Amino acid sequence: MTIPEIKKKIEDGLPGCQVEILDPYKDGVHIKAVVTYPEFAGKSLIEQHRLVYATLKEELKEEIHALALETRSQ
Amino acid sequence: MEESIKTKIEDLLKSNKVFLFMKGTPEQPQCGFSAGVVSVLKQLNIPFGSFNVLSDMGIREGIKEFTNWPTIPQLYVNGEFIGGHDITVQMANSGELQKKIS
Repeated sequence: MTIPEIKKKIEDGLPGCQVEILDPYKDGVHIKAVVTYPEFAGKSLIEQHRLVYATLKEELKEEIHALALETRSQ
Repeated sequence: MEESIKTKIEDLLKSNKVFLFMKGTPEQPQCGFSAGVVSVLKQLNIPFGSFNVLSDMGIREGIKEFTNWPTIPQLYVNGEFIGGHDITVQMANSGELQKKIS
């Protein structure tokens, strides 16, 4: 699964969010998604991360090896 | 989830105030995120129990369902799910983690 595909999955699952995918090791595997989504406001970090994970439910089982998350409401 | 797996998870969580489901062992973590959580706990001198999910497929899948959280590592305090690697690091940096444990 490519980085643009992961980005699109998150964007489609959380309409109105902004997603930046970082690939610090340039390996396309150990990546980090920085997700900004107004509806995170008032939610716990666990709930915020669950919302992002939900958009990648199937992919997280096999295809995505290492996805770090950072979530922001604005 | 099988009842026996659920019971085993609950027993593990009761065994230590701070408990980590991880890939590998604290001495030899098998994944960067697991290593990261171990490192945070050690730096803060927080004693913890751990379970290597790579040693038990039932627990590896069971813990994801148990907490509705698709990734490992998973950190628990007093049986309560705290978060994965990123949340643990964030809470340690803000001091929240230390507060939860003290």
